[in-house]
Amino acid sequence: MTGLTANGVAHAPSRTVRTIILGLIGVIFAVPIVAMIEFTLRAGLVGGYNVDRWVALFQSGFTGVYRPVLVALGNSVALAVGTVLIVLLLLVPTMLLVHIRFPRLRRVLEFTCILPITIPAIVLVVGLAPVYAIVARMLGSGVWTLAFAYGITVLPFAYRAIQSNLDGVDVKTLTEAARTLGAGWGRVLLWVLVPNLRRGILAGAFIVVAVVLGEFTIASLLNRVNLQTALVVVSKVDPYTAVILSLLALAFAFLLLLVIGRLGAPRTRTSRRRTNVKGQA
Amino acid sequence: MNSQKLKVQQPTAPTRPGTVVEFVGVVKEFSGMRALDGFNLSLHAGECVALLGPSGSGKTTALRVLAGLESTDAGSITIDGIDVSALATSKRDMGMVFQSYSLFPHLSAGENVEFGLRMRKIKPAERRRRAAASLAMVGLDDHFDRFAHQLSGGQQQRVALARALVTEPRVLLLDEPLSALDAKVRVQLRDEIRRIQTELGITTLFVTHDQDEALAIADRVAVMRAGNIEQVGTPEELYSRPATPFIADFVGLSNRIDGLVRSAWAEVYGTSLALIDPSTPDGPVTVSIRPEDIEFAAEGLAATVVASSFLGSLRRTTVRLGDGTILFLQHGVRVHPRAGESVYVIFTGAPVSTEPVGPASVAQQQY
Repeated sequence: MTGLTANGVAHAPSRTVRTIILGLIGVIFAVPIVAMIEFTLRAGLVGGYNVDRWVALFQSGFTGVYRPVLVALGNSVALAVGTVLIVLLLLVPTMLLVHIRFPRLRRVLEFTCILPITIPAIVLVVGLAPVYAIVARMLGSGVWTLAFAYGITVLPFAYRAIQSNLDGVDVKTLTEAARTLGAGWGRVLLWVLVPNLRRGILAGAFIVVAVVLGEFTIASLLNRVNLQTALVVVSKVDPYTAVILSLLALAFAFLLLLVIGRLGAPRTRTSRRRTNVKGQA
Repeated sequence: MNSQKLKVQQPTAPTRPGTVVEFVGVVKEFSGMRALDGFNLSLHAGECVALLGPSGSGKTTALRVLAGLESTDAGSITIDGIDVSALATSKRDMGMVFQSYSLFPHLSAGENVEFGLRMRKIKPAERRRRAAASLAMVGLDDHFDRFAHQLSGGQQQRVALARALVTEPRVLLLDEPLSALDAKVRVQLRDEIRRIQTELGITTLFVTHDQDEALAIADRVAVMRAGNIEQVGTPEELYSRPATPFIADFVGLSNRIDGLVRSAWAEVYGTSLALIDPSTPDGPVTVSIRPEDIEFAAEGLAATVVASSFLGSLRRTTVRLGDGTILFLQHGVRVHPRAGESVYVIFTGAPVSTEPVGPASVAQQQY
């Protein structure tokens, strides 16, 4: 199957091809997770499997050495929320302002936002360390201050997600229409632009949450505790439990993204089917 | 579209006494280029004025500065005598329909129409009633819950019109609202806009580059060129007495032929034609003659038919004179000249405009 018609135009793959592609990708994703589960179920050197470690972890109520993991999870969630807020309150309005009022600055903004992806985290930390010395003096050394650094590291991902949505919406005309109808800038933003950029903003938020929950280098090098650094600490003591906790963290992140997706889903009050409007004026 | 239904419907948005709009010496520059160069225009109460001009003539800029979407660099814009130049767009109380489809995609047609009322904090029940009435005015009362992607282009522009009118704005601004539509829908909607505008008596500024549209819809047409108005007048005035050859050429078709003015008469290929403006100074000129003012005859100027096109209610024929000059004629469809046929043509109407030619052009005169 070539996937191309006679005149070279690509058409949608058949159901079988789709199933095979999805199946392959599913296997690629599933293998490490299944391997992790298998690892946590191993019954030591004698062979065989049991759920002892899972039971022990839940019976202990995540106390003792595992307690910091829960705290760290809380930190990471708080950081994710903080970083999403930075993106929503700083990046989105900036992008809209540039798009509507200063289109010439678009290239500059794009370059600035994409830049962090080209800088390795370790290099970033070298620059961030003295900055954080000042941040600590001004705002204390709370874990939440990491959100500033994460706000920078997530820029490329959030920017791309929002920009692709922005390109598909005639923001200028919608803004002008709303303004002629009596809407001030605040209402234009909240009542017209945000609802129409919901998909991009949501996708950006997804990526931000995923990146922040998985971040290790910056937190570790700046001596802050987040989920990943805590997992590393646990894995040095008990590798089996560390993997269980990793699996739980994965499940948690999955659920979190599911919830965000649900909250941001478009209203389903009308049918999405396209009506036949041909021939109507 | 349900055009029969539309004809019996009455406009439901209450009428406001028309508003007077005045542009005085408005200047607008875009990075050193003057889009408006001391622009002056008055819109009388309840009148529909069409701004007509080629692209880049500044017509859309004029409309946008009135809407407040662009600031002015100099001059003033007054609405009922009050200067609004510094007023924010949202406070100007204008209704505007854009060239590109501008319905909010996340709202239904009804909610789109309600938007302006929500901004004015009108209660929900009242909002819904007025939005429904406004949609009924444009013949889309049964499309309240449809979203933009479920409407055709013409329907979207109708909803946009209902949305612009529901707040009873002081001025209606139409920025080439028909240019994205196909020919038939364009004419239908054009007539409908005119009907609604007349019935509501709302002062309207209509921007277009399509002369047919401008002539059909407006009480007065202002033809723009290089940031200023070249001529403003009724469609009839513009067509029959264009102030400049540019207007004669831009509004309607015209043949540009070399001639000679002698005491208020123009001599063109041996025919003396009375001039509309008797004060035209004597000398060599280029005259503009409408294609309907040249006819086939049993004798006259010998010419050869180049092409003839059928335009529905009339036919336009191109002929070449012996000296190579090309002329357009417009005539009834019953006459059907064939390409290559030898014919005679005569001038039957007066030139609509004359333009003196310089010495360089005199040398090239063909008689």
